[in-house]
Amino acid sequence: MKEYLMGNGAIALGAMAAGVNLVAGYPGTPSSEIIETLSKYPHEGLHLEWSVNEKAALEVAAAAAYSGARAMVTMKQVGLNVASDPLMSLAYVGVKGGMVIVSADDPGPISSQTEQDTRRFADFCRIPVFDPATPEEAYVMIQDAFEYSEKYSTPVLFRPTTRVCHAYASIDVEDIYKPREYEGFVKDSKRWVIFPRLSYINHGNIEKRNVSIAEDLSSYGFNSVACPAAKKAIVASGVSYSYVKECLKGNTDVRLIRVATAFPFPESFMLEALKGADEVLCFEELSPYIEEQILKLSGRHKLAIEVRGKLDGEVPHNGELSVEIVAKILKEYLGEDIGLEQIDVSDSPGLPVRPPVLCAGCPHRGSFYAVKRAMQGKKAYFCGDIGCYTLGNAMPLDMVDTCLCMGAGITMAQGLDHVNEDATSFAFVGDSTFFASGITGVINAVYNEADMILCVLDNSTTAMTGHQPHPGTGKNMMGNIVDKVDIEKVLRGIGVKTVMTVDPLDLKKSVEAVKDCASLKGVKAIIFKSPCIAIAKPSGKCCVDSEKCINCKKCIREIGCPALAGTEKGVSIDMDLCTGCGLCEQICPVEAIRDLEGSRS
Amino acid sequence: MNKDILICGVGGQGTVLASKIIASAAMEEKKTVHSAETIGMAQRGGSVTSHVRIGESYSPLIPHGSADLLLAFEPGEAVRNIKYLKKDGVVIVNTVPTDPVGASSEDNSYDASVMTDYLLKKCKCIFVNSEEVCKEFGSSKFFNIVILGIATGADVLGVSFDTVQDQLTKRIPQKFLEINKKAFMKGYEIGSNAQI
Repeated sequence: MKEYLMGNGAIALGAMAAGVNLVAGYPGTPSSEIIETLSKYPHEGLHLEWSVNEKAALEVAAAAAYSGARAMVTMKQVGLNVASDPLMSLAYVGVKGGMVIVSADDPGPISSQTEQDTRRFADFCRIPVFDPATPEEAYVMIQDAFEYSEKYSTPVLFRPTTRVCHAYASIDVEDIYKPREYEGFVKDSKRWVIFPRLSYINHGNIEKRNVSIAEDLSSYGFNSVACPAAKKAIVASGVSYSYVKECLKGNTDVRLIRVATAFPFPESFMLEALKGADEVLCFEELSPYIEEQILKLSGRHKLAIEVRGKLDGEVPHNGELSVEIVAKILKEYLGEDIGLEQIDVSDSPGLPVRPPVLCAGCPHRGSFYAVKRAMQGKKAYFCGDIGCYTLGNAMPLDMVDTCLCMGAGITMAQGLDHVNEDATSFAFVGDSTFFASGITGVINAVYNEADMILCVLDNSTTAMTGHQPHPGTGKNMMGNIVDKVDIEKVLRGIGVKTVMTVDPLDLKKSVEAVKDCASLKGVKAIIFKSPCIAIAKPSGKCCVDSEKCINCKKCIREIGCPALAGTEKGVSIDMDLCTGCGLCEQICPVEAIRDLEGSRS
Repeated sequence: MNKDILICGVGGQGTVLASKIIASAAMEEKKTVHSAETIGMAQRGGSVTSHVRIGESYSPLIPHGSADLLLAFEPGEAVRNIKYLKKDGVVIVNTVPTDPVGASSEDNSYDASVMTDYLLKKCKCIFVNSEEVCKEFGSSKFFNIVILGIATGADVLGVSFDTVQDQLTKRIPQKFLEINKKAFMKGYEIGSNAQI
């Protein structure tokens, strides 16, 4: 049947066509929709889970693959850092059933902390990597990845980028999901228990095997050459290949080489593809991986070829590539204008800046504001974390002093405390992040006697990535209702003596809770509990009494809610945006903001 | 024939549904179609775009200078994105601005007429005031369907009236279907009478 699918959907249904038996992952843009798609299609016989983090997901999947089942793990590129500990070891041990680790890269970066390149991870771990250019390719290539994984008993990386993950195409997919049959776990400690001796032997075997894989991949269909007689060559990979094709429409005077498997580098394919070429220009996002491989190749084989790309400064190292960037570079390279005629926008008027902000009615706004109010005039540091609440850094809240990676806020607050005795250290963490990598940090604080206040912003979902369930929500991806893991009980269980739970939209009580905690020594925790407004039903609407409003704009200056707008006559509230959270109502010095009559159900 | 359509606006205006309807209508007409959307952090009140490419294409995003049609849910966003438009392309634009958050402190607010004047100088435009046309539906949230109606009425969408209407029936919950069909018809009339 034909389905209009996002690249992530294509990966999901491709894996189903490959009979995948278990899929685990942790949400992260741009990878989250893979598991979400799987949950929407009939999948009896498939175990599907949002794991607590990427490391857990990879270990769950590895054991399934030891048992001969086909397993897939999904994450974003920084998730692979979290999963790298088991992955490095798994690369030595290998698998029995096919195992594919999807790590979605995010050039730009658009929604990430880093511009790291998963292909480098493949090289680092010495395992194959597949790099699709379109959703259509992703559907086919993920199935190939399972085949190669099984053929060589190795985990395989699959690396789409944002523009492949989030692009839509119409794809002919298998109608029925048939899970693979598999043997089940067979005890064999020489194979499944990693010891130094085993790693030594397997290291040698893996390097030998990779030579065979490189040979095998040299005839892989997605590694291709067009117009092989041309003297000028272009090498491209991933979505950059699509950009080059868009630019070259109709132009047949240039040799276009596409590399879909960067590691193990398909050397004999490339040697053949470059035969007779004078120069080659490389287009790839993130790192110059293929460019470096070609340089190595040309050194070893003494090729008389000029290699151009990122390393000689022609192609930018950072950010995404685009048709426009590629067209500009190609114009220089080919000496012909291939761009489209454009409207002259050099005289464009100045445009408003629109940074992302916390939604109108977001309970995080209340949490941040309460801490800000309570600590006014006192020295305090605010360690943020990864999630919607990173947006607490924006003006006017300005409540995020550090943000590094998942879970780091909790431990960084401790570091700040140990060397800055005159200040109070706060850590803000979301509920999903708390489960993913926050708990060990709290234990560290208790054990090492840090003075800090942990603020858990519990909105009962993983909001930023599209509202996935987590251990605190009482639902899992098998569609089952399960026991909720209670954050307050967890905190008490690991030794936090002061734990308060408050409603962040009740400003007075929230400020009091923060003040109480700030007066105590040791590790204190406040759970600010209120559901994400993007999934909860709004409680009503607020309105401004224009007779009373003195147009001081305190509400706007203090909390910056997108529903509030200043006019000459006074503050107005956008009824399409307002959710009736009432935070502005509690801030107004003249009680000009009130509930809109009849809006509360 | 190829048709590139860029939809732009501010997160939360309903641009995604509009792009999904166009894409599925094109598929229904047995056309090749690709699309791409802004997903993630920028959805929270930031500038958003959806790229719909009907016909053979390679890049998931529309190249600058290639869009036949720009559906702009906000005048400033229309200006931000006209670089995508072909020289003889058409812009259908909402004249009601969405102030950026914090604009209330006046310095980041802007004059929508500067934007509409600039657009008029640069390309073929159909202007529409979302508040006025959506008044009878009780919320500007119906503007995404109105604008599809305008594009269909002006015959610049590349898919037919019937297929778009079929897609409304397929994609919109029964409860809201009637009002959305009215919004679509309202737009269709505006589009049919528009001079471009």
